[in-house]
Amino acid sequence: MDFATLAPFLVGVVISGLVLGFVYAIIALGYTMVYGVLQLINFAHSEVFVTGAVVGFEIFRVLNGVEMNGYLKLLLALIAAMVASGLLNILIERLAYRPLRNAPRLVPLITAIGVSLILQDLIRIIEGFQGRFDLTYQLPTGFSTPFCGPESSCAGVGKFLGGIGISLQIKEVIVVLVALVSLAALNYLVNFTKLGRAIRAVAQDRVTAGLMGIDANGIISLTFLIGGALGGISGVLFGLKFGTVNAYSGFDPGIVAFTAAVLGGIGSIPGAVLGGLVLGVIQNLIGVTNILGGALNIANLGVIDSSYQRIGAFLVLVLILIFKPTGLLGRSNVEKV
Amino acid sequence: MTAISNRASARPAPSSTILSIKGLTKIFGGLTAVNSVDLEIPRQSIVSVIGPNGAGKTTFFNMITGIYEPSSGSVDLDGVSLLGLRPDQVTSAGIARTFQNIRLFASMDSQENVMVGRHSRLKAGYIDSLLRTKRFHESEKEAEDVANLMLEFVGLSRFRHELATNLPYGDQRKLEIARALATSPKLVLLDEPAAGMNPRETEELKSLIRRIRDDLGVTVCLIEHDMRLVMTLSEYITVLDYGSKIAEGLPHEVRNNPKVMEAYLGRGAAAGEYGKEEQLKGGANA
Repeated sequence: MDFATLAPFLVGVVISGLVLGFVYAIIALGYTMVYGVLQLINFAHSEVFVTGAVVGFEIFRVLNGVEMNGYLKLLLALIAAMVASGLLNILIERLAYRPLRNAPRLVPLITAIGVSLILQDLIRIIEGFQGRFDLTYQLPTGFSTPFCGPESSCAGVGKFLGGIGISLQIKEVIVVLVALVSLAALNYLVNFTKLGRAIRAVAQDRVTAGLMGIDANGIISLTFLIGGALGGISGVLFGLKFGTVNAYSGFDPGIVAFTAAVLGGIGSIPGAVLGGLVLGVIQNLIGVTNILGGALNIANLGVIDSSYQRIGAFLVLVLILIFKPTGLLGRSNVEKV
Repeated sequence: MTAISNRASARPAPSSTILSIKGLTKIFGGLTAVNSVDLEIPRQSIVSVIGPNGAGKTTFFNMITGIYEPSSGSVDLDGVSLLGLRPDQVTSAGIARTFQNIRLFASMDSQENVMVGRHSRLKAGYIDSLLRTKRFHESEKEAEDVANLMLEFVGLSRFRHELATNLPYGDQRKLEIARALATSPKLVLLDEPAAGMNPRETEELKSLIRRIRDDLGVTVCLIEHDMRLVMTLSEYITVLDYGSKIAEGLPHEVRNNPKVMEAYLGRGAAAGEYGKEEQLKGGANA
């Protein structure tokens, strides 16, 4: 293959990797925010995320056939998923983590894995009662049509994108837009409001924050609410992008997003976003280059072998832990005497 | 200084005592860290709690501020019991503190550090923040105004947008004081504010502490090792040793108390630490 065809092809791979990366970024934020305030890897976050995906599925299912603007349905799905996942996350913290607040670090970590397993089966059972396992999103018409298709007013743009090998669907554009809005809202909340200041204060020093008049437990709950709500959003975005979810869908993206959070520097919000985007692109590159065969194969575009992807994520995780344990944007934690 | 002093002056003083502690005890396992200590802090005074290392002073502060739950005893601020309150509720009730080992929020600038101190006095809630209501903007403005006022009060305006960790050591202590004052306290507890300061900084600190009381009307309670500072600044001194109160009174009374000599400084003198004894005498003659 010559360079003239390879270059636009790679651009296309990178762009679709970024779309995936935005989903990872939003999931990774859930890990990193909770880690920030509690220094706990919330392994149950992958199920918080699946809960959002399932709630999104249910909303689209119930509203399927209802005469309603597709974007309004999407908005309802997002809101319902945010509320469900956010409240679930608060509940998890109350029941599973708070009683262990002063236990050795390993104890809540194992508990988190336990909560993750319990939730997986709960979701499977609940959907199983209705005879469902794989949940296929019933998307409003139009979501899967190509972005800037031949009939649309911006057909020129579509032609240009098509010319360099990029085929974006409307839903993928939605994924990116929703992710960007969420990131902007989070950035505003964390950096420019009293609550964000309180979250950062609790993350840096819970005891001192308490002595400055901040209800640390309240702020921790708030952080779980925000992290959970982001998990809910990412669940719906995942459902949009991949179409099908089931109770166990959380594992793979959960691991990748966790890696993304570590890559960016766990506890760092911009780090989680950067890590998510980087991993999304890396995964897509691995998916199409088919590293084991070593041959570049255009036909593989879009058919991403998940086992190779996992290799990619873990490879990155190992490399970071060896060469830059604090992550790309993380600060080294110097203990002061 | 209106935003700050309002709180202290708006309420008529119910009594001359602002903080009343009775029989305060803390037992860690078999160790009695603080043993039945009584303390009355007069309104708008500057008082000190002194004692050798390990005398239980910081444990004493930690019980007042709600970090430790006392094993027994009572703590009343303006006649209202603080027992069982969380640290943030104690702060809302009107007690602020600084720390022996500086505990600023390292990755925030000076102004933000002080704004955190304002948290409990701001009215905007979750909904206001999300919807950016008028109340939200007002409370953000208030936090910023108070922070700037407090930075000016302690003389750190020029470091407003400097990260807290980048400040010189003595200024970090002042920043902690500014942050504590931003909570609009009735009483501020300063845990070894002069530790690590050079003599010039200590002099500045002395006048700052006086201004906290005189200009802001806030009562000050110090834990301090710098005898000269304690003796010249305090109106009333309480001495702890091995968790028990061994003496209290006016500076000259404490200075001449043989028990204090023996427990606090006598041992040093006996071990040949001439400097300490000299320091005590020097303070006495000052």
